[in-house]
Amino acid sequence: MGTIKDKVAIIGMGCSKFGERWDASPEDMIIEAAYEAYEDAGITPDDIQAAWVGTLRSGEAGGIVADALKLKQIPITRVENWCASGHEALRNAAFGVASGMYDIALAVGYEKLKDTGFGGLGVGRGQNPVLQPKATAPSYFSFIANRYFHAHGIPEDEGKELLARIAVKNHHNGTMSPKAHFQKEITIEQVMKAPIIAWPLGLFDCCPTTDGAACAIICRADLAKNFRQDPIYIKGIGFAVDSMLPMVRPGFNYLGFDANRAAAKQAYEQVGISNPRKELDLAVVHDCFTITEMVIYEDLGFTKPGHAPEEVRAGTFTLEGELPVNTDGGLKSFGHPVGASGLRTAYEIYKQLQNKAGPRQVKDAELGLCHTLGGPPQVSCVTILGNASPTLGVPHKRG
Amino acid sequence: MSGISAIGAYIPMYRLPREAFKQAWGTGGAGERSVASYDEDTTTMAVGAALDALNAGSREGVDAVFFGSTTPAYAEKQTASMIAVACDLPAGVRTVDFGGSLRAGTNALLAALDAVQAGSSRKALVVAAETRKGYPRSDFEQNLGDAAAAVMVTKSGAAVEVVESVSMSHEIVDVWRLDKDRFVRSWEDRFNITEGYEYAVKAGVKELLKKAKLTPAEISKAVVYGPDARNHAALVRSLGFDPAKQVQDGLFGTVGNTGAAHALLLLVAVLEQAKAGDRILVASYGDGCDALLLQVKQPPVKARAVSMHLAAKRTLASYDRFLLYRGIMETNPEQPSRVEPYAAATVTLRDQRYTLRLHAAKCNKCGTVTHPPQRVCYTCRAKDDFTEVRIADKPGSIFSYTRDNLAGGPEPPVVNCIVESDEGQCRLFCIMTDVDPMTVKIGARVEFTFRRMHEGGGFINYYWKVRPLLGG
Repeated sequence: MGTIKDKVAIIGMGCSKFGERWDASPEDMIIEAAYEAYEDAGITPDDIQAAWVGTLRSGEAGGIVADALKLKQIPITRVENWCASGHEALRNAAFGVASGMYDIALAVGYEKLKDTGFGGLGVGRGQNPVLQPKATAPSYFSFIANRYFHAHGIPEDEGKELLARIAVKNHHNGTMSPKAHFQKEITIEQVMKAPIIAWPLGLFDCCPTTDGAACAIICRADLAKNFRQDPIYIKGIGFAVDSMLPMVRPGFNYLGFDANRAAAKQAYEQVGISNPRKELDLAVVHDCFTITEMVIYEDLGFTKPGHAPEEVRAGTFTLEGELPVNTDGGLKSFGHPVGASGLRTAYEIYKQLQNKAGPRQVKDAELGLCHTLGGPPQVSCVTILGNASPTLGVPHKRG
Repeated sequence: MSGISAIGAYIPMYRLPREAFKQAWGTGGAGERSVASYDEDTTTMAVGAALDALNAGSREGVDAVFFGSTTPAYAEKQTASMIAVACDLPAGVRTVDFGGSLRAGTNALLAALDAVQAGSSRKALVVAAETRKGYPRSDFEQNLGDAAAAVMVTKSGAAVEVVESVSMSHEIVDVWRLDKDRFVRSWEDRFNITEGYEYAVKAGVKELLKKAKLTPAEISKAVVYGPDARNHAALVRSLGFDPAKQVQDGLFGTVGNTGAAHALLLLVAVLEQAKAGDRILVASYGDGCDALLLQVKQPPVKARAVSMHLAAKRTLASYDRFLLYRGIMETNPEQPSRVEPYAAATVTLRDQRYTLRLHAAKCNKCGTVTHPPQRVCYTCRAKDDFTEVRIADKPGSIFSYTRDNLAGGPEPPVVNCIVESDEGQCRLFCIMTDVDPMTVKIGARVEFTFRRMHEGGGFINYYWKVRPLLGG
């Protein structure tokens, strides 16, 4: 198997304002993200040779991007892989460029969740109408939380308090992210006393239901510096899909996700990372629920299995901690417009590695990880970005 | 001579004290009535009773299911066929629904006895279930109850022989429902009792005793249908039975009048306590009377029967909950994306083995058990090399759970859980029902129970939930 390391670079990114965008259609948000990215990259729509678009269920086919951006007669492909759909757009655009077929490609992800009248991703899963008619995303992750507490002997109150610390951290980081859905500090007490969505997860343990779009311009690594002096390089991409819904898979221990572990392993191998906690400067991970972030610490090797609680207490993953996680406030502050989230996580890493993250800037950040976990949950993507220029031959001239 | 070899019952766990009707309307009787939950109907209760009888005896050789009710879940579509599948009986058993009359239960029993006697069936499962509704503020509202009962009819070696029976029709408009009616209608009570109930049951019982050449004193126990406690007591006295010694309690203070299921439910309650040599009289009412004389050779096999279901109960929180659970009152409609659950008749047919029959696949190579059944084994990838195993007949344990307030439904929170089945240690996603959500714990013992899930596609989507293991 090959590697994507240093074959492609991101030369521009854009991210719409995330929130309850009653004012904006999916097309409006795509335009908002794309034109920021064009400007950032210093390109025009005519420079784009191919596009990939990720959305879970806010549109079909590639046409919506062509319609919104007036991209004409180029290949545009819709990709969908649950919550990793945005990441999937990035990944496919990266491979499209790495193949040598295209010099510049657009990856865009978006979702319009606030047109459904329902404050969540929906109820009921599966092909058969009776198997999981009352399943919700909070239910799935509550199974993990209750099992995690049970297996590690954590009393319910203590467990809820641990999770609350993650929510408080991410909300704090979100106050420094103008594009986030929420920019508001919260307290542990508020989290603990909030209405229960699915026990033990309360309102503040769950990411909000949000509209948004994000976008990346992918370019051949050897051409990247024709566009800007600080392109960000893709150092590794891991992607794994579990076989059988974890929840009913024989022997599933409910303490984390095999897809996360497998995707991380693939990415770390491409980059040559053996100790992610030491070697990464920051990570933006899929905190759809606070418990998800807690098990991700273990799945991605930031700490050993069963040790996440002590790391949370020690503040290891705060902005000032040893490995800042969800520096932009994560899904907790941004919300989770499904197809957009993968590219929004990349947007944060991209800005941090360019030293443009403002008050939340991680000092001297060189290598960052972004991650999404999708589905029931079944699909995981880990992308590692770096700002170190690869050793390349003579760059091609632009055009 | 054909007779009964096994018995079963199902009484929904919820009971509403009649005090609640008094609070709502100013008049209320004593005791309580059973209330089918929002996810129960005559089909699900019938499956519960049928499984009780089947688990007591043997499933082997059952070749017919006869079902009686005036409140079947479908106006057009059979219930017996669903019972047969949910009970995992072989495809193609004879299935018949009886309805239209409060005698539907005993009509089914007599037909089964005849079929077995004639040899067209060897072993027939008879089930009756009822969920009649009375108008709010009517006497029916508090006197009616919801329940199901089942008996297994066999010929050779039946524990309880049916030695005599009569069935007589009596055309009268006393209690009825039109096609469009949700609630029971009735004529003046005094007319109904004297010209209907008393007239027909007296005639039926008199004819039965005459045919059997017996006097009332020679009956060990009389099982007599009654519309309510008062009229039941008056009738059995006038029939010449000693109410204290000879009459089976009508369960009016604990369950209520369960209509077409009532005579069978009371019969199961009697047979549960029966001794060899007992002579039992059964009389039902509804547009006439069915009367049967039973001779107990030995106690029939039983599992839970009536007593265990009577003991396992949860008091319904309020009259409002009763209206909600019985579909009489609507609550705030669910938000748009939750309104229409996905459903397809094609999928429902295709997946029947693992949904309605609750079969899992056990890999013949490595033993891994999966639900839904996997054609390619998760563990060893053996293809199409598995044996189907039925999960529903043994208990399981809660592996993880949650109380979900987002999932909607009539009674949030929904207790979603992952169950590990005793059969094959298979993991299933299940909803837990009949439980106080705050008491659910990892490791709790549960049993499978057949329930209504939703009405996606415009039809009733049935599946299995779990509930606390009775007596567990």
